[in-house]
Amino acid sequence: MGKDFEILDHTADVGVIAYGADLKQAFANAARGLFSLITELDDVEEVLHQDIKINASDVESLLVAWLNELVYRFDTEGVLFKRFDIIQLGDTQLKARSYGEKADSSKHSLKTGVKGATYHMLKVDKTDGYRVQVLFDI
Amino acid sequence: MSTPWKEIVRKIDDYRWEIPTSYKAGMTVPGLIFASETMLSHIWEEQAFEQVANVAFLPGIVRNSLAMPDIHWGYGFPIGGVAATRVKDGVVSPGGVGFDINCGVRLVRTNLTEDEVRPKIESLVNQLFVNIPSGLGSEGKIRVKEKELEEVMVRGSRWAVEKGYGLPEDIVVTEESGSMKGANPDKVGSKARKRGIPQLGTLGSGNHFLEVGVVDELYDPEAAKAMGIKALGQVLLLIHTGSRGFGHQICIDYVALLGEAVKRYGISLPDRQLACAPITSPEGRDYLAAMACAANYAWANRQFILHWARESFTRVFGKSQEELGMRQIYDVCHNIAKLEEYTINGKKEKLCVHRKGATRAFPAGHPDIPEIYRSVGQPVLIPGDMGRYSYVALGTEAAMKETFGSTCHGAGRVQSRGAAKRSLRGTDVARALAEKGITVKTGSMASLAEEASEAYKDVSEVVDITHKAGISLKVARTKPIGVVKG
Repeated sequence: MGKDFEILDHTADVGVIAYGADLKQAFANAARGLFSLITELDDVEEVLHQDIKINASDVESLLVAWLNELVYRFDTEGVLFKRFDIIQLGDTQLKARSYGEKADSSKHSLKTGVKGATYHMLKVDKTDGYRVQVLFDI
Repeated sequence: MSTPWKEIVRKIDDYRWEIPTSYKAGMTVPGLIFASETMLSHIWEEQAFEQVANVAFLPGIVRNSLAMPDIHWGYGFPIGGVAATRVKDGVVSPGGVGFDINCGVRLVRTNLTEDEVRPKIESLVNQLFVNIPSGLGSEGKIRVKEKELEEVMVRGSRWAVEKGYGLPEDIVVTEESGSMKGANPDKVGSKARKRGIPQLGTLGSGNHFLEVGVVDELYDPEAAKAMGIKALGQVLLLIHTGSRGFGHQICIDYVALLGEAVKRYGISLPDRQLACAPITSPEGRDYLAAMACAANYAWANRQFILHWARESFTRVFGKSQEELGMRQIYDVCHNIAKLEEYTINGKKEKLCVHRKGATRAFPAGHPDIPEIYRSVGQPVLIPGDMGRYSYVALGTEAAMKETFGSTCHGAGRVQSRGAAKRSLRGTDVARALAEKGITVKTGSMASLAEEASEAYKDVSEVVDITHKAGISLKVARTKPIGVVKG
């Protein structure tokens, strides 16, 4: 497996294509892709963790809801996450532990504000491993 | 260059192009794009045709799926799209409004001239930057309690004015008088509230900005006079922002909710981001009630920012508000869904007009525009990119007939943010702007590069199309001299 994720350029918005040997890894990499848009992941340390539980009606919606939960936590608590341990992932439920730290302007430069994840061009594909694609409004 | 679109679209005239329903099975009305032939090639290349066609699937859509000349590829709906659906049997789609509900523009005039402002532009821009919170992660200077947030949701800029932020006359010259009816805070979830409280009174980041501009062209001096724009060289202030994380979260919550409703109501859609529900259904009504809360939040937000902008001018120029003559010209939203009445096939019909990256453009005599503009028409505010121009225009009768009283909203992107950032550095963009006599202040150089002129269509071309097509008429043009970017 080469890249964990790549950034998809789009005229007005930006997307993330994430890969994984299994779906859990692809979901974790999509979340890394999201935070790579917001800040430099290398500058973020793992000083705290948060447990997240998501329910949705299907696996695509679960991906959108997962990423939107992370957008929400960043927006309200200022937490930058860099590592994601997806503990459980079914078609309609996800449990994860996310590691990172609070944004600190002396240490982190914030790049792009992400308004939310969309359903446009949303894909969850099984190929050799898994490939997920999501577009954000920024 | 290949032009496969020539076999698809039907040319109506030099500015109007129709996408017939035969383009894609499932379209119930044709698409109608307002653009020049050159623009059309670009629109085709980025597949915005597909999105115009997809919107034509929406149940109850009337007449056309419309695209303004600043159209660019969005998610679900194109940006620069207008779609009207029948209230009785049509749907409302949160994706047809977008994440930034009531993103909009407020224009303020001053008695100052370019000669008076230029020598102090550096300190003015700095003062605005310091006085108005902007940038990613910024928090407002006012902290409302949850109960007060509910007041904001229902009463919008009226609430802000009553708290001392601005003048009662500001409300008169704000679309919907700054507080849209039908807002119900019970329909707004806890996450939106949590995002909304700290962000009230912030400019935000991305394409949001404050622009100090100078009038450099007058196309319709009579109409300009009605707006208090008297002469070339007069300095105006433009405020561009929306409902911040509050609106974003309402969009997120309702796209998810209506995605489920689509299944329940048996609606088939070509793109999940077009999620919708019948306007008269509980889900549809709830979305409209929550959307109105976000719209009102955005009007309050622009009201706070106007107040701090007035303070900044007073401080820098050492003049009273009276002397400065900082009167609001108008405030329009360009991401909204509104219930309006139009004549369709000779019959009056109540419609839900989705404007996503489109500005309302009501003509002279329309009862919904302020009395002072009743004889000329509604001011339409069209910001361009920070290096070129912004425009003031007027709504027209033609817009009522063809576009459900709508016109373009800005320049429209042509280059992705990533591509702009790779080809340009923020510091170079700042230098290029300085060479053009534009002072810019930003918290993020990367964000400056993303918003460089090169990333946008020339707004003049966009406004020329809407002018020649007659859906809005040019009144004045301004040239930026100072910009604050979030």
